[in-house]
Amino acid sequence: MSVVTVQLGQCGNQVGQQLFDVISSDAQDGQRKTYSSVSWERFFRQTSQGDFEARAVLVDMEPKVINHSMNRAAKSGRWRYAEASHFSQKQGSGNNWANGYRVLGPRHRDAVEELVRREVEHCDALAGFIPMMSVAGGTGSGVGTFVTQCLRDVYPSSFVLNHLTWPYGTGEVIVQNYNSVLTLAHLYQLSDALLVHENDAVHRICSQQLNLKQISFGDINRVIAHQLAGVLQPALTPDSCGAYSGNPLGELVSALACHPEYKLLSACSIPQMASASIAFSTFSWPALLKHLRQMLIANTKMEEGIDWQVRPPPASASRTSSLTAGGFNASLANLLILRGKDVYSAETGGFEDPAIYTSWLPPAEALSLWKSPVPFDKYEKSATLVSNSQALLRPLDDMVRKAWNMFASRAYIHQYVKFGISEEDFLDSFTSLEQVISSYAQLQC
Amino acid sequence: MTQSVVVQVGQCGNQVGCRFWDLALREHAHVNKRGLYDEALSSFFRNVDLRKSDGGDCCVGGRIQHLKARAVLIDMEEGVVNGILQGPLREVFDSTQLLTDVSGSGNNWAVGHLTYGSAYREAIVNKLRKAAEHCDCLQCFFLIHSMGGGTGSGLGTRVLSLLEEEFPDVCRIVTAMYPSAEDDVITSPYNSVLAMRELTEHADCVLPVENQSLVDIVNKISVMSHGAKPGSVLRKDSTVTSGQGSLSPTEKPFDAMNNIVANLLLNITSSARFEGSLNMDLNEIAMNLVPFPRLHYLVPSLTPLYTLADVNIPTRRLRPSLPFVSWNQEGWKTGLCSVPPVGHSHSLLALANNTCVKPTFMELRDRFTKLYRKKAHLHHYLDVDGMEQSIFSESLSSLSELIDEYHQLDATKARLIPDAPRLSIAR
Repeated sequence: MSVVTVQLGQCGNQVGQQLFDVISSDAQDGQRKTYSSVSWERFFRQTSQGDFEARAVLVDMEPKVINHSMNRAAKSGRWRYAEASHFSQKQGSGNNWANGYRVLGPRHRDAVEELVRREVEHCDALAGFIPMMSVAGGTGSGVGTFVTQCLRDVYPSSFVLNHLTWPYGTGEVIVQNYNSVLTLAHLYQLSDALLVHENDAVHRICSQQLNLKQISFGDINRVIAHQLAGVLQPALTPDSCGAYSGNPLGELVSALACHPEYKLLSACSIPQMASASIAFSTFSWPALLKHLRQMLIANTKMEEGIDWQVRPPPASASRTSSLTAGGFNASLANLLILRGKDVYSAETGGFEDPAIYTSWLPPAEALSLWKSPVPFDKYEKSATLVSNSQALLRPLDDMVRKAWNMFASRAYIHQYVKFGISEEDFLDSFTSLEQVISSYAQLQC
Repeated sequence: MTQSVVVQVGQCGNQVGCRFWDLALREHAHVNKRGLYDEALSSFFRNVDLRKSDGGDCCVGGRIQHLKARAVLIDMEEGVVNGILQGPLREVFDSTQLLTDVSGSGNNWAVGHLTYGSAYREAIVNKLRKAAEHCDCLQCFFLIHSMGGGTGSGLGTRVLSLLEEEFPDVCRIVTAMYPSAEDDVITSPYNSVLAMRELTEHADCVLPVENQSLVDIVNKISVMSHGAKPGSVLRKDSTVTSGQGSLSPTEKPFDAMNNIVANLLLNITSSARFEGSLNMDLNEIAMNLVPFPRLHYLVPSLTPLYTLADVNIPTRRLRPSLPFVSWNQEGWKTGLCSVPPVGHSHSLLALANNTCVKPTFMELRDRFTKLYRKKAHLHHYLDVDGMEQSIFSESLSSLSELIDEYHQLDATKARLIPDAPRLSIAR
């Protein structure tokens, strides 16, 4: 089954291009022909000349990034974007969610839907959609939300998994918190699940784990692409009966997003190291899984500097006033994906411990395990964990708090009102997100 | 890629504009090695093939035939514009882009705004329309004028309101030159305050430039070049310091000051013209830097102006020393462009919506009040058809309100503002 990716805005198009790059390079290196062919089929289609074209639709309100991404793809020699699969305008959305959602999205709806329809028609069987976008700007967030709504309307029975990039907390765009709040509140109703990467967390991985000195957005995007590919590449799932799963998005969503109040997913992967060091390292499943489990409960995305003191609170502990008790990150559900040598002998008991999950879901339901015997992206053994947990609670709360403070003084509101978003709309979005925050905060009980 | 149209009004506006076009040509010549008319060039220039009968605009991608600036030049006396037409930039403008008269505005805002504003309204709108029609996707009008004179401040602000009427969706960025205290035009406070009201009401952003600051900067540069400290090198070919290497061999008195302003304009538009890892469009400037519609005065600073100073100051280092309003603690909008200006490896442009403009406006108000109390020179204005005393008092109160709004934000500086109480959700 095939996945159609919709790349929206500057971030979506930059990360998307890196994602296809990682996937194609991994598929090409695969020692197992079945793995490779499933991977190629899922994300690419072959032209009559034998070239691989990504199953992607590129959307942006200004042309520079799309041009750049298409050129880079073509240069790889392994794959490229189809000539006619992009849509751009001359002038951007001006970092304004209202402009993207109320004006530009509707204005260009037909053109974008047409591109998506053509891509879907090329699929023998559609596994679902992955819209990729940032939440801070105007196009990814505003137009992206509108396009997600269109996908929902036109393909009501398909899975829609949004990949979101959250901006640095210290600001890339001044109105980023407004744009983020509006996006998240709307997507929560439209999307099946939201898989989130935060620039801050990925930046830390680059500097402390990979020891990069001058970290560019290219570095950030490469890490995101690696983690995302680790989730999306073929794997054997409990439902797929010995073959690579044909329904990756559906199985992911049903494994993790079991309740409409809880849709925020985060990913972490292990090991993460500079490619030069991989050849000199040995990996063992017990060590990898032990670190990964602690990364989950201590809510850190890196093997460096894990706080081993964090433990699940004892069952008798009363509810505390802080968002997460003692730094412990409670999970609702986890999806563990193991790739590489000796996967069948890996011992995953640590992830079945009831103490790390919320009390109202039995661990047998909460943990899903996927495996692939094929090594991924040059790592002999690697694991990716997608979790629906409190990991994003603090960043979400910060985002809402800052946006609310700004809203209290009505700063910048006239820029949104100009394009049709009222104070009421803002209040509705704030209310929705406070509800989400409250739900996640209660996971510990 | 989007296009911008520059509208230069009055003596100062045209002189600064002239420096801007000179520098823009130099920058593009430096970057564009193959003589092709590319997207970057098309943002400020048209490519015209004069052999074509329809006045043929050429599309992006072909060879450069004949570059014409996307500009409208307006002045109520001919001297400056004629000078431009006889100088090395004459090929860049054609006669349809010019609007001149002979007698000037006599340093009188009312003459510029009302008399000439009405008389030339049709003609101005036509020329603006023509310029806009040549654009594929017009994003922004750059208006350049001084505040102290008659044409720049009066007719310039009239053009501003015409732009708002005729092209409401196009961003209006005004570069306004404010007179220094020793300005030789006695009525400059009147002209400035009358123009300020128009700017507050009709502009999307204003980049206020004080002549005094420019004089200080230029003086510092000449001090540096004459008594250079060891280790600081003055770049001779840098576009900010002199017109050397530019089209005109001799440098006129205000050229150095105008160069700085021209560089400012070049830098602001660089991210929209060239690629970078974090692109920033012009409409993003207005969106991010203007939290309240009237408070749109953005103070520009530019570096390097004269040394090889290392411009690697990440915004995070500046942060602790700058007091931000409580609701915008991380109020930074960043853009990264990969093409540096001519002669430098890096440059940094900062636009700050900062309450430091308040003292400038207060001084302006004081100078205005000194004259207004005595009703000095008032009759020159009131004699103009359509001018009334109420316009003076309304402009003064507009300025006072603006100062108050800045003052209120300033007052929050020392106070610790707690977080606003959050919405509480029923469980």
